[in-house]
Order: sequence, then structure tokens, then C-alpha cells
Amino acid sequence: MEVFLSGSLVDSLNGLTSVEVEAKTIRELLTRLIDRYPRLEDHLEEGIAVAIDGTIIRDDWETPIPVGSEVFLFPRIIGG
Amino acid sequence: MNDPKYTGQEFKVIGSRVKRPDGIDKVTGRARYGADMNAPGQLVALMLRSPHAHARIKKIDISKAEKLPGVKAVITAADLPDLTEGNAGLFDTLENSMARDRALYDGHAVAGVAAIDKSTAKKALKLIKVTYEKLPHVTDVDDALEDDAPIIQPRYATEGQHGNLINKGEFGQGDIDQGFAEADVIVERSYKTGQTHQGYIEPHACLASVSPDGTGELWVTTQGHYSYRNTCAQLLGMDIAKLKVTSSEIGGGFGGKTHVWMEPIALALSRKANRPVKMVMSREEVFKASGPTCSTSMEIKIGAKKDGTIVAARAECRYMNGAFPGMWGTLGGMTAFACYSIPNNKAIGVNVLCNRPKVAAYRAPSAPMMAFGVESTIDQLSKELGIDPVELRLKNVAREGTQAPYGPVWGPIGIEPTLEAVRDHPHMKAKLGKNQGRGVACGFWFNIGGQTCSDLNIGPDGTVNLTVGTIDVGGARASLAMIAAEELGITYEDVKVNIGDTSSLGHNDTTEGSRGTFSSGMAAIFAARKAVDVLKERAAKMWQIPVESVIWEDGSARANGKEHSNLSPLTLKDIAKKAGSTGGPIAGHHEATAEGAGVSFASHIVDVEVDPETGKTQILRYTVVQDAGKAIHPDYVEGQFQGAAAQGIGWALNEEYIYGKDGRLQNSGFLDYRIPVCSDLPSIDTKILEIPNPGHPYGIRGVGETSIVPPLGAIGNAVSNAVGVRMYEVPMSPPRILKALDEAGV
Amino acid sequence: MAGVHVTTTINSDPVEYVCPADESLMDVLRDRLGLMGVKEGCGTGDCGACSITLDGQLVCSCLVLGAEAEGRAITTVEGMADGQNLHPLQEQFINNAALQCGICTPGFLIAAKALLDENSDPTETEIRYALAGNLCRCTGYDKIVKAVQAAAKDLRK
Ligand code: FES
Ligand code: FES
Repeated sequence: MEVFLSGSLVDSLNGLTSVEVEAKTIRELLTRLIDRYPRLEDHLEEGIAVAIDGTIIRDDWETPIPVGSEVFLFPRIIGG
Repeated sequence: MNDPKYTGQEFKVIGSRVKRPDGIDKVTGRARYGADMNAPGQLVALMLRSPHAHARIKKIDISKAEKLPGVKAVITAADLPDLTEGNAGLFDTLENSMARDRALYDGHAVAGVAAIDKSTAKKALKLIKVTYEKLPHVTDVDDALEDDAPIIQPRYATEGQHGNLINKGEFGQGDIDQGFAEADVIVERSYKTGQTHQGYIEPHACLASVSPDGTGELWVTTQGHYSYRNTCAQLLGMDIAKLKVTSSEIGGGFGGKTHVWMEPIALALSRKANRPVKMVMSREEVFKASGPTCSTSMEIKIGAKKDGTIVAARAECRYMNGAFPGMWGTLGGMTAFACYSIPNNKAIGVNVLCNRPKVAAYRAPSAPMMAFGVESTIDQLSKELGIDPVELRLKNVAREGTQAPYGPVWGPIGIEPTLEAVRDHPHMKAKLGKNQGRGVACGFWFNIGGQTCSDLNIGPDGTVNLTVGTIDVGGARASLAMIAAEELGITYEDVKVNIGDTSSLGHNDTTEGSRGTFSSGMAAIFAARKAVDVLKERAAKMWQIPVESVIWEDGSARANGKEHSNLSPLTLKDIAKKAGSTGGPIAGHHEATAEGAGVSFASHIVDVEVDPETGKTQILRYTVVQDAGKAIHPDYVEGQFQGAAAQGIGWALNEEYIYGKDGRLQNSGFLDYRIPVCSDLPSIDTKILEIPNPGHPYGIRGVGETSIVPPLGAIGNAVSNAVGVRMYEVPMSPPRILKALDEAGV
Repeated sequence: MAGVHVTTTINSDPVEYVCPADESLMDVLRDRLGLMGVKEGCGTGDCGACSITLDGQLVCSCLVLGAEAEGRAITTVEGMADGQNLHPLQEQFINNAALQCGICTPGFLIAAKALLDENSDPTETEIRYALAGNLCRCTGYDKIVKAVQAAAKDLRK
């Protein structure tokens, strides 16, 4: 599937805004991405949020990614 | 995900207007806030702060202060762990609590003193001799990016870009160049917003106690006692389990109490003195050395077809982060165009360092500034196109299925309904007089979930304790008790909610991002459901029937099936009474990362009157329309809307950090940093829309933040309609308005 | 600094204390006498959280010296309820959700009581101006004004 990235994450993927990855869960997705783009790891500490078909997941890395879903990665949101 | 099951739920307790459980304590003066706790043998601590915006600390001589009778401990950075090699975030946090080699802003702490009383501590501060070497400083976000600007944090400087530019967050879709090429009308403008403070009335305060065996306690006013615990323990090398942090009643936070400021120093002083230490910031310290919000400077460009279809939009906004990096620009970039569906859009948020205090979150952080620029530009676009501003917004509004600028595709969202409610609101027909004008603007905020852990215990008489780890900043205990009562089928009065200290529950994320009622409410529901499972088992035992035959309805166990028709229902109280002989205490527990937070939108209407003689703007009428998801306690939802709007009004008209040429803050008190008072405001009308959040069993969204987003733009638009001048800088204070009127020849 | 001996009346009770000559009445009430319902928001007379009445007069206790209380009568929020019965203002603040965080509430209650003691039927504008010395950052004042109106009505009955 195609995973879209935005914000400061794009830097760690050498400017790419989307990549092809196969993964069944968020954990798998992030592990594979970090294998390929180690600089992404820095962002993990600050937190990454994932949107699967429009629903934002902040922390639950076991969340399954259904086949054919649209996946976005962006920096984690904080609030006031 | 768009399961409609959540709609049409019938609630018994949710949605009613019960009395909050902490009301009596708070109207009788009994409630204990940060500064209201004392301990035997306690010392009073004060901080010495830098009078310079930027200076090298060459030497600190504490010997005289230490010798003053009654002084029990003096601390400088030399007494604190050197985290230079460690985690950058922790290093920054500690350096912000106490300057190491350089003072980075006016008010940066350089030494702390603990003494037997306040007057002794004050004398000791005067005896500390600090030798500074003044360095060049910069406090304006645009100046900070000039070639000759001093570099605030060389270790964050990156090759190939300005040393004060930390990073950029870029969001959007499509091809903006092509989009603008297709546009018939393009409006491009620059804007600035001043730096504001959350302005909570309760200053930061804590009571710290660390003993030589490595255990400690911290009583503190905070939005996140677990994160304070984790941070302080790591900074001071303590075991997390051995530091117990208790959150006091909190006198307002709005994001400013999500981060530690002087608390690690209070703990360090207590450890050094081996006595409890109480530390309370003065108002001046709150302004100078806690975390206000960013000032910004931006360019907004929006292009549309003649029929009003917006085809391209671009925003670039520089966020002044203070002396330490944050993610503020990134959040701004994500929110900029969230209310609209624009095929080609790009929003860039840039994080910039200056010699000002470290910025913290302030209610929907970073969104109001971008919204000021975007909503002001859309209004100007509507004038150029000759289309009504509300209709123009409706024409381009984001809907279910629209892709948000930062990626996700919206589920059911409320921006269109809020705009329709605005269009149809009687406020839009109220008559306006001379020098009066009306403005409308929209706003968006994400809302978040996060780690949550709650405990629900049923007592022998069937009353219930719900212990949560999120704090109650304005009625959360009432809302959470309502949720537990709803789920268990008992009365609101039978549930007592407590805020647990850090030793009583697992980790809970900070109460920020409007997550308190959303996520602890979710945890309460699931904890109650687990307790119901236990209740059913116990009822089965009491009846000697299989548990499969027991159902839970209206707060009672019922035996299902004809063969059990002789068994009359057992209430929760009946079962609780027998708990001792059916297996012991009955409880439910839930820990999880709450996902599924629902985004929220608001549209506001404001009428103003501008006095052309003085430049003063008076708010005549104000209406907030916001999507709350399911409103648990409507009074407190309305209160959040009104409070957020009032803060936005202050930001729009008056509030602003003013720095002198010397880089020092000139208005560090409520007299000169003027927040709205009762006579400044009209009654703020509210309309709650309840578009359920499919990610929550009751459809709850967060409600606390969104309504601080629209006021800046709405008021700017109203001022323009009142006196014909467009304001490009916030706050629209009387001198700025007079200047604009003067320049326009009005 | 030599202490000043003060004999005064607080919430109708006789009280004596010794305080340094330069100590504010707010600090005396909070730190020496444990009347923590008196809140400190600024210490400079700008927020009204420390409001009390001194011989019936509304004052910011952070701007009064402890020594000045000699022979006077002080009322704080702790003295508002009559035994188990809340004052109508206290009652209506709860009913109208006029508090969120509640840090400003004691000051507002004292200021509102001072207003209603003088004027039993104030207009909304009069209420807004009478309370303009008290800052609330949470509520936007709307529900506070409504609570005062409701309490005024109760008191007129
Ligand atoms: S503390 Fe006295 S007026 Fe603010
Ligand atoms: S209720 Fe928080 S300041 Fe008024």
C-alpha cells in the first residue's frame, strides 16, 4: 500500500511524501519504515500519529491496517 | 467507522444539568489549590532570575547567601545533573528550569533559595552575586531570522539554514502553482499576532518533599501529574515509583500547566535541605518564566474562481518558540485550512527561536494565529468576489469525505452545520448602528485521546468510587460521575469521582488537547462495563443460576427466561451488600490508549463598535456555535465555549507581551497585560451542536479548545466592517486602530 | 523586624495575631490564620482573588497591611455560609455553573455580596461594573453575572 507523509517527517524520508510499504499493523509499518529510513526514529520519540482511512491513531501500535486502506503519517498532536 | 449505532442513544443522566460535586468546597474556600498546602517543618523557596534577555553567566557566588541564618539550601545549575549528553528534551526542560551557562531570556532562573521564611529567602536572593556578560539579544520573530541576529541555541542550528530556524512543518495537497493559475481572483496579505499568556488566575505553586532515602512527594497545580512525575524523576535521578505526585485543585491551566517550570528546583532544594519546600511563583514570574504562546508573522494567499470556488491556498507562518524548540509551527500548518475543502493547498509552519520564555501550549495551540490570517483573507476575498462571507465559506466548506490538509479523511464533522447555524441565527439580523460592524470566522481543533487508566470500585452499600488520573479543571468530576452513573444505571449522586495521585493508578497522559472527559469518560465506561460483568456473576451466584441467564438493565440484574420468572431483579445495591459472601469486593478497571478522538469545529459571530476618537473596540454581541459531539453536561460545555471566546477576545483586542529595546518584558502584571474584565464583555451566547463522534461510545468530542480559534479573525472582520480599515496585526489595540484609521484617512 | 500585635474580628470571631509590620493582610489570613479561601492571584491589587471586606468595605487584602486590621471587622469567604446553609450567592454560583476552576470564586462571592448589600436589585451593567475588579479567566463572566442576578432575586424574596 501507499503511505503518505507530511510535516517534518518528510525530511527524514529524504523529501519523499509517499512510499510503498506492506504492513498489517502500525507496528509493522513503523518498523519497516525505520529499517529503510533510520532518521524517522528521531520522530518516534516525539511521537507519530497515524491516520488509517481517516481515523487518527496516536499510540495503539497494534491497530490493524486493513487491506486497501489509506494511511497517513504525521507528527503527533499536543494540546492546551 | 461511520457506524450510526451511536446516534439515537437514549440517555438518562448524560445531558442533564447536575450540580458539580466540588461546588461546595469551592464556594466556601475549602478547596485546596497549589499554594494551599503546608507540611511540618516546611521551608519557603524563591528563585533568583536573570535581568538580562541574553547573557553569559560567568560566575555565581552563593557563599554569602548560604551563610545567612535561616537559609537551608541554595541551588544553581552546578548542583543539578549535567544532561548535556542525554535526551535533548530533558536537557531543555532542566535548562529552562535553571540556566546553565547562559541566561536565555528576561526572567530565566539562575539560582534558587530555600529558607525558613519568605523574608529570609528574599534577603538571601540579594546576597547572591551573579557576574553576567551581556550578549546581543533578539525578541521579534522576524528579526530573529535576519542575517545579523544572534543565534539563540547554537546546538539546534542546522547547516544551510538560519541558525534560529529550527524546522518547518509542511502540509497540503495538490499543485498550488497550477491552482493559482486557474484563479480569477487572488488575495495575498501579511499578518502578525502578538504573544499572549494563558493568564490562569492561579500562579504555579508546589510543595516538594524529598527524603534522603530517595522517596519524594510533590503537591502541585498541574494538568498532568503523571508527566510531572516522570519528568522530575528523570531530571533528578529518582525512581518513578518513589516520587508521588498529587495534583491539587487547579486554578486554570489552558495548556500552561502541561509542563514543569520550577518544580524540579523545588524538589532539588528539598533534597538538599532535607525539609519540605514550598514554592509559589509571583504573577511577575508567571508572565516572565512560565510558558506563554507564540507570537507569529505570516503570509496568506488564497485564490478563487469568479463563482467563489477556492482553487488554491497557501499559508506560511513563523512561530516564535521562545528560547527552546517546540512543535508549534507544525500544529499551525496542520490546522490552517482544515475548515475548507481546497484542491490545491499548502500550509507551512516554521519554528523560530528568540530570547523569550519557552513557549507552552495555549488552548488549541497555534491554531488561532493561522485562523486570524486565513479568516481575514477569506473575508477580503469575499469582498472582491462580491459574495457574502458566510456563503463563500459554505461553498468551500469541508465535509464528511473531504481530505484534511494533513492527511486523514474526515468522518462526520460539524463545520458545515455550524456555518448554517450562523447563517440562520437571529444574531445575523440584529441591527447595527454607526461605527458598528459584524464579523464571522471559523475554527478547527483536533482533540486528542491518549493513555488513560481508571478504577471503579463499588462499596458495600452500592455507592461507587471512580478514580481517574486526568485532572478536573472545570467540572470534569461531574461529567465523569454522570458517565459512570449512566453506564451502571444508578443515580449521579451514588458516584463519587476522585482524582488519583500517581501512586494510585497507572500512567495517565496530561490533561490537554480537550482529552479529559473524552478519554477518562471512555475509561469510565469500560471500567463500568467490567464491573457490570462482575455484578452479573455475583447475581448468578446469589440466584444459583448460570451467568448466561443474567442480564443487566436499569441498574439491576435480571434473570432471563421463563424458568426464572420467580426471581425478582437484584439492584446494584442488593448485590453489593452481599459482595463479601459472593467473592469479595466488586470493581472494574480499565487501562488503554484512548483512540478515536473526534475533531471539532466552531463558527462565531461578533458585533463590535469602534470609537474612531479613541480607537477602542467594544464587543456588542457575541455568539459561539460549536460542535461538541454529545454534550455530557451542557452548562460546562457552554462555559468552555464562553471562556474560550473571552480569551480569544482578549487576544484580539488587548493582550500582548511588550518587550523593550533592552529585551526585557515591560508588562509583566495584570495591570498592563490586561485580560478582559466583566465590564468589557457582553453576555456570550452559545449554541451547542451535537454531531456524535463515531470514535466514542457516547459520541463525545473534546469541547475545551476550539472556540479560542475563531475570535481573532471574527473581530478583525467586524472591525473592518465597522470602520472600513483592515487590521493586519493582533492585538487590535486602540493605538493600532487609530494608526490604521489615520493611514486610511478615515 | 519586631512584630505588631493585632486584635481584630474575623467572620464575627475575636482573633489576635502578631505579624511583621510590612506583612500584607492576605499573607496573615492565609499563612498565619489558615483562611486559605483568600486566594492570591497577583499580590498587586489587580485580580481581586484576595477580596475581603473590612468594616463592610470591599478591599483587596493583598493591598492592606496585617497591622491595619487592628480593631476592624473582617469578612472572608469562610464566613459567608450560615452553618449548614449556604449564602444564596454560594448556592446560585453552584446552580448556574458560575465557576469552572473556582480560584476566582471566593473573590467574586465577596465582591458580589458587597454589591448586593448596597444595591438589592442591580442591573446587568451595574453587576458587570461592580465585578470589574475581579478577574476570571475561565468563564467569560456570563454565568457569574447570571448567578449574581439569581441570588439577588432570592435575597429580595
Ligand atoms: S491577589 Fe490581591 S488583587 Fe490579586
Ligand atoms: S473560574 Fe477559573 S478563574 Fe474564574
